Amino acid sequence: MSNQKKKTLTPVQQEYQSFAQSREPKRSVVHNCFTAFVVGGTICLLGQFIQNFFIWQFGFTKETAGNPTVAVLIFLAALLTGLGVYDHFAQWAGAGTAVPVTGFANTIASAAIEHRTEGFVLGVGGNMFKLAGPVIVFGVFSAFVVALIKTILTSLGG
Amino acid sequence: MLQGHQSWVFSNRPHIISTGTVVGPFEANGPLALDFDLLHEDMWLEQDSFEKAERRILEQACQKSLSKAGLRKEDIQFFLSGDLVNQITPSSFAARTLSAPYIGLFGACSTSMEALALGSLIIDSGFGHTVLCAAVSHNATVEKQFRYPTEYGGQKPPTAQWTVTGAGAALLSSQGTGIHTTSATIGRIIDMGISDPFNMGSAMAPAAVDTITAHFRDLGVSFQDYDLVITGDLGRVGHTIARDLLIKHGFSVPDDRFSDCGILIFSENQPAFSGGSGCGCSAVVTYGHIINRMKKGELNRVLVVATGALLSPLSYQQKDTIPCIAHAVSLEINHQE
Repeated sequence: MSNQKKKTLTPVQQEYQSFAQSREPKRSVVHNCFTAFVVGGTICLLGQFIQNFFIWQFGFTKETAGNPTVAVLIFLAALLTGLGVYDHFAQWAGAGTAVPVTGFANTIASAAIEHRTEGFVLGVGGNMFKLAGPVIVFGVFSAFVVALIKTILTSLGG
Repeated sequence: MLQGHQSWVFSNRPHIISTGTVVGPFEANGPLALDFDLLHEDMWLEQDSFEKAERRILEQACQKSLSKAGLRKEDIQFFLSGDLVNQITPSSFAARTLSAPYIGLFGACSTSMEALALGSLIIDSGFGHTVLCAAVSHNATVEKQFRYPTEYGGQKPPTAQWTVTGAGAALLSSQGTGIHTTSATIGRIIDMGISDPFNMGSAMAPAAVDTITAHFRDLGVSFQDYDLVITGDLGRVGHTIARDLLIKHGFSVPDDRFSDCGILIFSENQPAFSGGSGCGCSAVVTYGHIINRMKKGELNRVLVVATGALLSPLSYQQKDTIPCIAHAVSLEINHQE
């Protein structure tokens, strides 16, 4: 993709881009990976604690404790988004807060807050899946394709 | 009068008789806070949307410049203004409040100097005697329009910039003393193929360099003729690139005479990444900080080069590159008058 893009650029543009690139600060990949690993891991650890709490306190099984655990994490992420804390935390944590279910909750909550001034129907309703929508569309579609392949393979293999 | 290819020289001295600057909380915590007229601690300004808040700060900046000059809104003959919201509504709604003959402008972040250049042209040609030139931006409306929701937790790269919440207005008059505009250079579009909206500094730097070069060529001047050449919102990244490009083109660039509004408005420990951006950035820094320094006698001749990235969310999504522009206006103060 980037190679294809480069081809359409004139030599002057290409020369400028390498000129500019050598003067731009880079994202620190190693540092970002490390914080993402630690923060993401901590969120998952928190999830594990919540899950164990539901099993120990409310008599859920290992299989059924998943749903209330996710609900609690989503609630926390949406609350922190509403309080205006999540985006500052995420700037530091990077993928650590984006990859777990908390990141997904943040995309929906932030879009809903953002478009509240345009009303509940066209604003909140119409825009809250602005960022999360593609994840759902391609998530469902790839799940469908995988299920289709699995069905075909099992029917062939018996 | 036209001089060279793309520059106007204003021989009738359009005077900046007063200015009004209004900023939001993030700018109020910055190093230039004392140069601004009104500081808000609330992004909402008690309005029910950010767009209305943006309109409100523009109205306040206009009112401030009028009251400082002892004029009423009926005295404005023409009102030139622009912003970054769809169809420049904050400007048009502020114009409704002012009920003055209005020309809406869009030059992205270069709007402040686009308005000042055109306003000076109106005064210089004698087609008007009192013109109000303004530009406004609001962090939340711009983020909403061009990027992601404000509360979205996406990590921004170090080349990103922080949109300034602020409005700046300058009242131009054919009569007056002190600071006046002497010339303007209208920029052309420069597109170096950058397509990353989180890297505006790199995209806009060549446009700034092109306009500065054109200005120097048309008027036969150099960095030595100005106490300060200040770009609009290149930020630290774009400023470095612009400086090195100018050096590459054979100019000697004195460090103390070349600066950027986007760098000045925030301190380094504020989380503004590469620096400030937006229409309001060059407007409040020029009409607040620079004008104050000129009045104090620290600066006598200043060239303000406001830079703008003329992209839209649509052009970005369709993988188009970012066309950029820069307009320059030179300001001079006459202490003898």
